[in-house]
Amino acid sequence: MAEVSKLPRRDFLKAAGTAGATGAAMATGLAGCSPTTGTPTSTEANASAAIQPPLVLTPEEEAFFSASVDTIIPADELSPSGTDCGCVTFIDRQLASAWGGGAKTYRAGPFVKGTPEQGYQLPLTPHQFFVAGIQAANEWSRKTYGKPYDALGPAQRAEALTAWEAGKAEFSSFDSRLFFQRLLQITMEGFFADPIHGGNRNKVSWRMLGFPGLPATYADKVDQYRDKPYVVDEPQSIADFS
Amino acid sequence: MATKLKEVDAVMIGMGMTGAMMAKEFTMAGLRVVGLERGPDRRPHEESILPRIRDELRYVQRIELMQDNSVDTIAFRNSSGQTALPIRRWSAFLPGEGVGGTLNHWGGMHWRYLPTDFRIRSVIRERYGASAIPPDMTIEDWPVTYDELEPYYDRFDKMCGAAGKAGNLKGRKIDGGNVFEGPRSDEYPTPPLKSSAGAVLMAEASRSLGFHPFPSPFGASSTPYTNIYGVQLGRCEYCGFCGRNTCEANAKASAPSHIMPVLRGDPRFELRTHAFVSKLIYDRQAKKVTGVLYTDMKTGEEYEQPANIVVLSAYVFGNTHMLLTSGIGQPYDPRTGRGLVGKNYCYQFEAPATAFFENRNLNPFIGAPGDRMVIDDFNGENFDHSGLGFFGGGYIVGGSGAAPPIGGRDVPPGTPAWGSQWKKETVRWYYRAIEFNTQGSVYANRANYLDIDPTYKDSLGRPLLRLTYNGTDNDHAMSRYLLTKVDAIIKAMNPTTYEMRPRPRNFTIVPYQSTHNTGGTMMGTSPGNSVINRYLQAWDASNLFIMGASTFPQQPGYNPTGTVGALAYWAADKILKDYVKRPGPLVQA
Repeated sequence: MAEVSKLPRRDFLKAAGTAGATGAAMATGLAGCSPTTGTPTSTEANASAAIQPPLVLTPEEEAFFSASVDTIIPADELSPSGTDCGCVTFIDRQLASAWGGGAKTYRAGPFVKGTPEQGYQLPLTPHQFFVAGIQAANEWSRKTYGKPYDALGPAQRAEALTAWEAGKAEFSSFDSRLFFQRLLQITMEGFFADPIHGGNRNKVSWRMLGFPGLPATYADKVDQYRDKPYVVDEPQSIADFS
Repeated sequence: MATKLKEVDAVMIGMGMTGAMMAKEFTMAGLRVVGLERGPDRRPHEESILPRIRDELRYVQRIELMQDNSVDTIAFRNSSGQTALPIRRWSAFLPGEGVGGTLNHWGGMHWRYLPTDFRIRSVIRERYGASAIPPDMTIEDWPVTYDELEPYYDRFDKMCGAAGKAGNLKGRKIDGGNVFEGPRSDEYPTPPLKSSAGAVLMAEASRSLGFHPFPSPFGASSTPYTNIYGVQLGRCEYCGFCGRNTCEANAKASAPSHIMPVLRGDPRFELRTHAFVSKLIYDRQAKKVTGVLYTDMKTGEEYEQPANIVVLSAYVFGNTHMLLTSGIGQPYDPRTGRGLVGKNYCYQFEAPATAFFENRNLNPFIGAPGDRMVIDDFNGENFDHSGLGFFGGGYIVGGSGAAPPIGGRDVPPGTPAWGSQWKKETVRWYYRAIEFNTQGSVYANRANYLDIDPTYKDSLGRPLLRLTYNGTDNDHAMSRYLLTKVDAIIKAMNPTTYEMRPRPRNFTIVPYQSTHNTGGTMMGTSPGNSVINRYLQAWDASNLFIMGASTFPQQPGYNPTGTVGALAYWAADKILKDYVKRPGPLVQA
């Protein structure tokens, strides 16, 4: 897959089409269910976009995440869109992971709302939380704008996110502000985590920041770079050392 | 029915740092030791290696090394009028699991307490009058002095290969070190870390205000070093991944890297992992713990392990929980003030600030907690509290760097949290932030304590431990005072903009603040004021020794690990010199 991932996506699809029936079917199926973002896709970050079908996300959930991560991380002169950076792939893998299934979380009842100081008290795993939250968010979006969130234009998407962030949106039986906070957190994780997890494709956010990545052994560089920018040509990720 | 095993000389409950230290000291003296650890083994050569160790998502965000809340957690509430609810996933503090325990992922801040911290109740009464201490402030003198502990602080320094600069060598004050510290018998084993650019600026500003900056003492070797057990240590690489992770360089002190390499192969030592201790078997008449009951989580079998010496070396919560569920000692009751197990729970009262400098290049990814500069002018009784309306204090630390990008992206207040403007500001300020923190003390209050929760149970069916805690007026006043000093230092640095982040009124269980929980099995001078004596020996069970910060009467304005280490070596020495020859109470009640 290493060579394939360097190809632009349409070239990959062409290549996959000649690679045999299975590859072609997979590629076609993918092309069919990939959400259309409406934003221009950037070159390199798109290279390995949506090579594999989602592990757990439904089409509705994938469309929702694509629209929301593109609003949180819009394509501009600093980076491609959240979707093109791999944030949706990242979220899909995280929600399918042990963490997404509620591993290492105390889940015995009774379940009581509690005070804000007592933290998260719902029985929902991260995956269940987002499934329920997206349904509530889309229901709110239909009520407010007549369409699900992913069908909104960029201005309305931003307006909706702002309302959730401020806790001003009344979701049916769901905390819109908590939903926003967790959506923002998992999107940022996807944007900035090591690309091994499916987001931060081609280390786009690390290039944007100037974060050099690995190996992060600086003992001999501290004096030399004190108050001088330490810049590398190419940030290194876990895969680059593997 | 539990299978009864053959008696051993000593059993450790928890193979974190103190469990490993005690096991090592005991086996060197010829004792046969079994180490029970409820988590997995931790093997540095397999796990703490490049590139896998540099995975911020796995270790920092998903807290890979922490205790499994689905197995065991605690319940929390702010005050005794509320209903406690379980902490469903760790956040405000992060107890670790597996061999090495919580010290696997410490930040490495390596401190000694002040000589006055050990007799704080007496010092306050001497300086401010016999009635100066408010009635609800239940602080106590420690039953051990700084001078008594000093050789053991020194030994712990040399086990860790700690980096730093002495400010008081045998009474001689040394400029550039901490001139407020108690006399040290020796320098730090390795030199202080090189300062980050932000730390240099912080030190200059502090000096201009008449304060006394010095490099932060660090529980990692800054140069290659061979520790007291003959283990060869590497040097800190300023990687920035310290806080929730083990150390790829074998520099930051932890049991797996600093002790286990020489303990693992010792025929007198046996490590049993996934061994979950549920109970101490207590003989009330004999005032002894005859053994411990544990479940092998790999087979589901239950075992009884008899031992001559039982070392309770779990985390703070586990220690207190074990006494309460085993019926040892009297549980503390805040209404009457009677009972001692669970009393004087304390936390650490930290409050941060961030300053932004338009024209600086601070490389936020290069660094370690030990490359910062500190002032200790406003800690403990280093300053006059007359008319201030509070007691206690803390050190102030500042510097740049030491955070990977999911969690380490400071932006000025008022910046949007998402969208193009957020991105622009994030890039603009990424290289330009200096962070400050105040390591505030928590002085015990009768309303803050640990006991047993009436509702929630752990995976072994035991009731959860319940934490009742909120910040006190005293500690809030202390924290606000420290922040006025931070404010002055930041102003002297002339930043483009800055943000002070005072603590919210109520303690909240999110987000992360500090893993410095203390108290619950406090040490003292008599069974009337404490759970254990000055040698960490339980008053109610003479073969039970309790390690860790659960032994503290209250929490001074420093990180607890240095004192946790010193107390373990102090107790080990006494046990091996006296207790082994004549088992029984080391202090007469």
